[in-house]
Amino acid sequence: MNEKYFQDRIDAEKKIEPKDWMPDDYRKHLIRQISQHAHSEIIGMQPEGNWITRAPSLRAKMILLAKVQDEAGHGLYLYSACETLGISREKLVRQLHEGKAKYSSIFNYPTLSWADMGAVGWLVDGAAIVNQVSLQRTSYGPYSRGMVKICKEESFHQRQGYEIMAEMAKGTAEQKAMAQDALNRFWWPSIMMFGPQDSDSPRTGNAMKWKIKRQTNDALRQDFIDKTVGQAEVIGLTIPDPDLKWNEVRQSYDFGEMNWDEFWSVVNGNGPCNKQRLAHHKKAHDQGKWVRDAAKAYAKKQELVAN
Amino acid sequence: MSSLFTYTLRIADSSLILGQRMSEWCSNGPTLEEDIAMSNISLDMFGQANGFYQYAAQLDGTKSADELAFRRNEREFFNHQLVEQENRDFGTTMVRNFLHDVFNFLFYTELSKSKDETLSALASKSLKEVKYHLRHSSNWLVRLGDGTGESNTKVQDALKELWMYTGELFEMDNLDTELLNNGIAVDNSALKSEWDSIVNKTLVKAKLTRPEDAYMATGGKKGLHTEYLGFILSEMQFLQRAYPDAKW
Amino acid sequence: MEENATVWEVFIQSKNGLAHKHAGNVHASDKVMALENARELYTRRNEGSCIWVIKSEYIVSSETEDSEAFFDPSNDKMYRHPTFYTMPEGSKHI
Repeated sequence: MNEKYFQDRIDAEKKIEPKDWMPDDYRKHLIRQISQHAHSEIIGMQPEGNWITRAPSLRAKMILLAKVQDEAGHGLYLYSACETLGISREKLVRQLHEGKAKYSSIFNYPTLSWADMGAVGWLVDGAAIVNQVSLQRTSYGPYSRGMVKICKEESFHQRQGYEIMAEMAKGTAEQKAMAQDALNRFWWPSIMMFGPQDSDSPRTGNAMKWKIKRQTNDALRQDFIDKTVGQAEVIGLTIPDPDLKWNEVRQSYDFGEMNWDEFWSVVNGNGPCNKQRLAHHKKAHDQGKWVRDAAKAYAKKQELVAN
Repeated sequence: MSSLFTYTLRIADSSLILGQRMSEWCSNGPTLEEDIAMSNISLDMFGQANGFYQYAAQLDGTKSADELAFRRNEREFFNHQLVEQENRDFGTTMVRNFLHDVFNFLFYTELSKSKDETLSALASKSLKEVKYHLRHSSNWLVRLGDGTGESNTKVQDALKELWMYTGELFEMDNLDTELLNNGIAVDNSALKSEWDSIVNKTLVKAKLTRPEDAYMATGGKKGLHTEYLGFILSEMQFLQRAYPDAKW
Repeated sequence: MEENATVWEVFIQSKNGLAHKHAGNVHASDKVMALENARELYTRRNEGSCIWVIKSEYIVSSETEDSEAFFDPSNDKMYRHPTFYTMPEGSKHI
């Protein structure tokens, strides 16, 4: 009865709210997806944070810092949404540290030059935005509202990255080479951010039925590629895919084979920076413990005084 | 180099270096909320630095704000030594910021009355931000001082270590005096008693002991620094130095 | 194991004269910190003129199961809406 009522509401495009009845698997799926999304925002601060102290102008410094700060904010919105499902942020962070929760593999690639700040903003944020725009219509109310807020705030992220790439592509020969190199390194990992092909994506069925996901991995990936190819052309950079070709019939780009062995290897912990990213997060968390303890102790003393 | 140019540069340098230190906290904060708060402070400091550098660049007429920030050497930086001190841990950072925030609050309050309209306008804008920074660092000083035994020890130790960098804040050299006589500069030495009073009140609230005034470091105004500044600059200026012909 | 932080709900008044609107939540150990954290997170883009924070545990919510009992009774009381009334032809300012 509950199950039928629930699915009817989903089919009628009604939002599910925290206090509504929901199947256990729906809740579990949401916790996994939202927490993975939240962890991605937080771990995603590191590859870009890596360049804040080296940003080459005052303007670039402020923009990059504001952007990475937004990611912290977005992680927080998402943890909030996840907490409405009855799980604490502390527990979610523990799951991350214990390796039980994942984050997007893209952040396990290193950022090696300033041009990577361009590539990350343009491609990684670009891919994330395509996904997030779609998720604004997700069936879980708090997640959907979080996405709306995030999409609104993120609109500058991709632009700032593209601006860096455009500036460098028309700069000195060294800068142009750095920009092309960054595109070469980030292109394939970016289009693999959408996840496995639909044929290999076991959970897509339920996620689509429950309208947690609104479009499949392949549809989102195609959308991103179709949007991005022209942008690369405008700034005179070459997308590193010899098979990339406009398909008149599909009105979309055909593209080459993705290297799924590498994808799964990075997902399973063997990316260039997996250990480093997690160690960084744990270290910050552990080193902050005495601060959090002190703040709690202080608050308790204040409450005693007040009572 | 005009006196006004150098005076403006000194203010900009302290803002930039403290902003740089605060930006090192990004992704390292004790909570996510605090990470965001520290980025906000850093952004305010960079904004202030940018404003003062723009003015300095205008006074100079040959260098841009970015050139002033990214193409000068250690001996040409005039920031307070206090702001270049390492973050070390959250407590040390809050103590350093608190000591500087109190000064900044009093300094900008006075500078907003400067006869130089640009300095006065920049000071008024900065003052709003600095008031918030002071609130933030004072609140944390009290939480940590009156938190656990461990936190009290940590901030008390940091206070002892950083105290020697507070003397410099109130120094006046010939350049300061010259501009003070023109109604442009702030009388730093006159800020000391009010600084003492705010610091003392907060320390009492935080259950911390004020360190004895002993040896006080000096040199920032002359471009003399602790060893930390060289590393800050080599990291911050890397791209501008490595690719001198590039525009970013 | 570290105990959970206190969660606070945040309400932002975007402009003087408007109502406070729920923005989300923050973690904080005391009320001063809650207010500051809310300011840092939810007003990064000039969104605020006043902030309220309240511990989440103090929010009381109606239950979805009760929604019929709570809200349906007002459905048939159309006389509370101005459109319910027929005004004489040609009447103005009413």
